Amino acid sequence: MSVDQTHFRKALLNSALPTPEGLSDGRGHPAGARFSVYRNNVAVSLTEALEVSFPVIRKLIGDENFKAVMGVFLRQNPPDTPMISQYGATLPAFLEKFAPLAHLAYLPDVARLEQALRESYHAADGSPVEPEILQSITPETLMGARMTLAPALRLVRSRWPIHDIWTFNMEPGAPQPAGGPQDVLITRPEYDPLMTSLPPGGATFVDALRQGNTFGDAHDHASVGITDFDLTTTLGALIAGRAIHAIATGDTP
Amino acid sequence: MSTFMKTAAIAGAMTAALAAQTTTASAAGQEKCYGVSLAGENDCKAGAGTTCAGTSTVDYQGNAWTLVDAGTCTEMELPGDRMGSLEELDRDLPA
Amino acid sequence: MLDSTHRFTTLPAAPGVGYKPQHFAQIMADATPVTWLEIHAENYMGDGGRPLAQLRHLSEKFAMSVHGVGLSIGGEGALNADHLSRLKHLCNWLNPASFSEHLAWSTHDSQYLNDLLPLPYTPATLTRVCDHIDQVQNAVGRPMLLENPSSYLAFDESTMEETAFLDELSQRTGCGLLLDVNNVFISATNLGLDPRAYIDAFPLDKVGEIHLGGHDEDADDHGAPLLIDSHGREVADPVWALLDYTLARSGPRPLLIEWDADVPDWPVLQAETVRAANALSHIPARP
Repeated sequence: MSVDQTHFRKALLNSALPTPEGLSDGRGHPAGARFSVYRNNVAVSLTEALEVSFPVIRKLIGDENFKAVMGVFLRQNPPDTPMISQYGATLPAFLEKFAPLAHLAYLPDVARLEQALRESYHAADGSPVEPEILQSITPETLMGARMTLAPALRLVRSRWPIHDIWTFNMEPGAPQPAGGPQDVLITRPEYDPLMTSLPPGGATFVDALRQGNTFGDAHDHASVGITDFDLTTTLGALIAGRAIHAIATGDTP
Repeated sequence: MSTFMKTAAIAGAMTAALAAQTTTASAAGQEKCYGVSLAGENDCKAGAGTTCAGTSTVDYQGNAWTLVDAGTCTEMELPGDRMGSLEELDRDLPA
Repeated sequence: MLDSTHRFTTLPAAPGVGYKPQHFAQIMADATPVTWLEIHAENYMGDGGRPLAQLRHLSEKFAMSVHGVGLSIGGEGALNADHLSRLKHLCNWLNPASFSEHLAWSTHDSQYLNDLLPLPYTPATLTRVCDHIDQVQNAVGRPMLLENPSSYLAFDESTMEETAFLDELSQRTGCGLLLDVNNVFISATNLGLDPRAYIDAFPLDKVGEIHLGGHDEDADDHGAPLLIDSHGREVADPVWALLDYTLARSGPRPLLIEWDADVPDWPVLQAETVRAANALSHIPARP
């Protein structure tokens, strides 16, 4: 009697299936509940990883609900890589379609924010351009300059106040989130990701820079439909986040 | 806005953004490394106990409200909030 | 590769500890009696940031051991080539004093189950595991140690003892062995075997490293003791006794304390490493 790994795995992830035959307690009895040790290890270890990686989702729906929902998620979406620090990238898409939580329509975007923070944490280091260099560029040169942004930079745009939802749940005394959309810039000045809620147009500006547009063109993109695009604040977030890693001046990208 | 004015405005924004930077003392050397991990980690331990998590199943059909009875989502009183949900706001997002 | 001026080429026969990021500052300040650290490879496969920065600093002071948990060497399918490549990259960069993995599987059809799952011991599985070890050692470019698992059940189809299986693997591939004494105690208790007989049958001359960790106690359907490899508490007294029994036969070896769940403050973990140091300095004469 033999049990192959296809069979073993199916029974691990589906507790409605019987314990595979061919397994014993070493004393002549069928393995029975001993198989549950492995079932438990898989479910508990993956749930614990998701708890660490999505603390705000956990707080929003509560600990017991989180465990239950992740039990469904991990069976439908087991990891596709042995790097547990990456597990859960598909959680936002799962939450989009998870009917019992459909009334909490902001959850997928909050999960995207948590996923982006984690990606930023593990991203490559790179070396930021010193502020003195930025100061020394003439205005005309700056208009035509293209910037390489930090590998750790992430943008999460949302119809929901995701920045304020995050801080309300993670920072003691943070105010309750008000309504309204928020676009969040994540930078990593050193080793800890930093979130900034960008002014209207800010995310468009950063995204345009990231895609290789010149500074002037990025400003034009950001100003479409926004009369008073706040470049100072947007640029301040990039500089404080040490997110500008190279500047190419001249006409060649 | 003329190109000249735009250039001047952008240069002004750069100067203002740089001036607003607070020079916080940056941690040196290994002290930058203090801090905990932001993501789940691999290890080779086994979960405590042999029951529950691996064998429980929950039926969620028609169970939406009891599923959100314990989290902070019920504390957030947002404009248009109903039972811990946020009303979607009208805003077209670029794709 | 990191600056190799202070590179340690072998693990010392001294206490080591499974590294946890929350202990970084204290370990850098004073880790006595710990002289080497073990990391789980998969946690250091990112592109940058704090995890790799910590490793840079740690590797200047400590001999490092890279311990993989996700390669699925016991898997029926082919090894994950991307993962093997990441492992090679990490080992080339860190140049650790030791590299080890588990006799277990964790990936099937590209699904990673995040647990060390058991395999039967037969001539067929022996051949498959040997092939995988050859591949790993060729790819990573260094010999590896393979660790004995903790078992909760046995396969009816097994025709070889675990000790014979590991001995044969080692002979065919040239890999060394990592002997987890806590795992021996767990498996023996769970399957009704004598842990000392397991040590007697184990090819101790192949052992490049010993692991110790805490376990939880549970019971199976029939009320028989079922120990769980939780790594969440102090090493149990009978496991320390089994360590003494082992060291009396093997002589001193690099000795690691693993604590992965409910990780305590550093002094508690340090106290365990002091106990390990005492075990190494008071190896009983073989009776």
